[in-house]
Amino acid sequence: MSKPYNNTKATLALAKASFRSIMRSPSAVVFTLAFPLIFILVFGFLGGGGVKVDLAIAPGSDLQNPIINAIEQINVIHIVKDKDADEIKAELEKGHIAAVINVKKNTSGTPAYLANVQYTSASIDKGSILKSVLANLMYTLNSKDIKPTVAQLNESTVQGRIYRTIDFILPGQLGFSLLSTGVFGTAFVFFSLRQTLVIKRFFATPVSRASIVFGEGIARIGFALCGAVFIILIGHFFFHFTLIHGVITVLNMLLLAIIGLVVFMGFGFIVSGIAKSESTIPPISNIITLPQFLLSGTFFSIDAFPSWLQPISRALPLTYLNDAMRKVAFEGAGLWDVKHQILIMAIWGIGVYIVAVKVFKWE
Amino acid sequence: MDKTNAIISVKELVKKYDDFTAVQGISFEVYENEIFGLLGPNGAGKTTTLEIIETLREKTSGEIIVDGYSVDKDASKIKRIIGVQLQAAGYYPNLNLIELMELFAGLYGVDIKPMEMLEKVNLQDKAKAKYKALSGGQKQRFSIATTLINSPKIIFLDEPTTGLDPQARRNLWDLIIDIRNNGTTVVITTHYMDEAEQLCDRVAFVERGEIIALDTPDNLIDNLINSGFERQKEVKKANLEDVFINLTGKEWREDN
Repeated sequence: MSKPYNNTKATLALAKASFRSIMRSPSAVVFTLAFPLIFILVFGFLGGGGVKVDLAIAPGSDLQNPIINAIEQINVIHIVKDKDADEIKAELEKGHIAAVINVKKNTSGTPAYLANVQYTSASIDKGSILKSVLANLMYTLNSKDIKPTVAQLNESTVQGRIYRTIDFILPGQLGFSLLSTGVFGTAFVFFSLRQTLVIKRFFATPVSRASIVFGEGIARIGFALCGAVFIILIGHFFFHFTLIHGVITVLNMLLLAIIGLVVFMGFGFIVSGIAKSESTIPPISNIITLPQFLLSGTFFSIDAFPSWLQPISRALPLTYLNDAMRKVAFEGAGLWDVKHQILIMAIWGIGVYIVAVKVFKWE
Repeated sequence: MDKTNAIISVKELVKKYDDFTAVQGISFEVYENEIFGLLGPNGAGKTTTLEIIETLREKTSGEIIVDGYSVDKDASKIKRIIGVQLQAAGYYPNLNLIELMELFAGLYGVDIKPMEMLEKVNLQDKAKAKYKALSGGQKQRFSIATTLINSPKIIFLDEPTTGLDPQARRNLWDLIIDIRNNGTTVVITTHYMDEAEQLCDRVAFVERGEIIALDTPDNLIDNLINSGFERQKEVKKANLEDVFINLTGKEWREDN
């Protein structure tokens, strides 16, 4: 009894218990791992294709000629053959096919061939791409043996890193996974520990309140980081997610994850404090998570949003976590390079915890 | 009880909530190594009194000393020498009994062998079970095991036998008597007078936040008889519970 009470031991005992409990809770595993992985799988397989334009070849068109051969070499164009005139007309009207081409031998001399292209107003954007691709193609074909009289165009491409869909999607999914673990997990755990008098029983032991909060926090951060590493590794090895400096990049991402998670857990504390019953936790949590899910650049770059929406996006903490994650992973930025993003998350953190301290309930 | 060393002393304890007074100035002492019963109807203030002594609730006024420590100044020291079983307390979800024991060992800052603690309450076979999967009697025995982790001087049991069948109840009485025989003071609340009569060395009757009687069960009964009280029906040498136990057996049951 004379031995002084050991707060660290109590905190770690709680962290261990909480970690075990989270690992056995299906909802935590689903939210942290399954959802983000499903999105990553979907986008991982979708991604990498870029734009494809469907071009139908009219029935009766000549097939063995330099034009069709050249078109077949172009990645952007997907040739649709074996459709009759009615089918092509219907697809054109729906915009499923961007245009139809009909190549004929010119019976009256030069040029050797005549190509008729019919576009559709139902697919104007793809039609324009096709137009410029075809124009370029025709120019190359026609000027093959001619020296330019005005200027010669020399084109070359800088060898850059390939920015795949996964490089955009994975950090967003990771951020969302952290957000939902932080908010839902923390809110549910503290609410149910309070309701079932687990916390009251804890208070009958010498454990301090700080130990309870830290123990839970350590467990949740530990769990979320395991999830993050798992997501990053799956992304890296199966979908070529770019990690510029390898392990260093992963460590930087994990540090960002901790910062984000601490902020999001603050929301969780608030929800657990203001929820009146277990069933009010999901709606309140959704009010916090859904707008960030949709507006923080999880799926689309916020630059694509209408200008009136962008200020809202730029006010949300997840936006900055996603942004920082992408910079670190793809551009190889260090934590100091994303200090602006970290600062904004820190400001959110301070604000959130001021509210959390006010509304959090122990019993 | 020749030893009358007070280990808990409560003086003029008052607890007021917004609109009513749950405890109105009660005073009593609990002696070392006795089983002390707090009896009374629901809402009489038993649990409130216990929770104030356990340092779980603030008092409005009065003085409480537990083994020389004041609840005002030394709450954390008191917590280290008491064991508390709450009415309807839950345990950390998704953990088995061994893991819960490890958790509590950490919270109390002591080193114990979880299995030995479970053996004390005869739950070694349930070591890998979750708390939720236990029967009523097993849950209560587990709760009591968690109160023993820090080798406390005093344990508080709040209605430990409510809802249990006769076998489980008797079995818990044996456990409580064992704990007392090992030198621990026991403070217990109950609604069952037969239980109080069997178990408790002294009992206090609490009614509307006041103690209306405090003595040994024998003395209280004798006083009533001396005042001329007689039961309506002649008491037989056995009661229906004895019949029940006799018919169904007193032996330890798996689902107790």
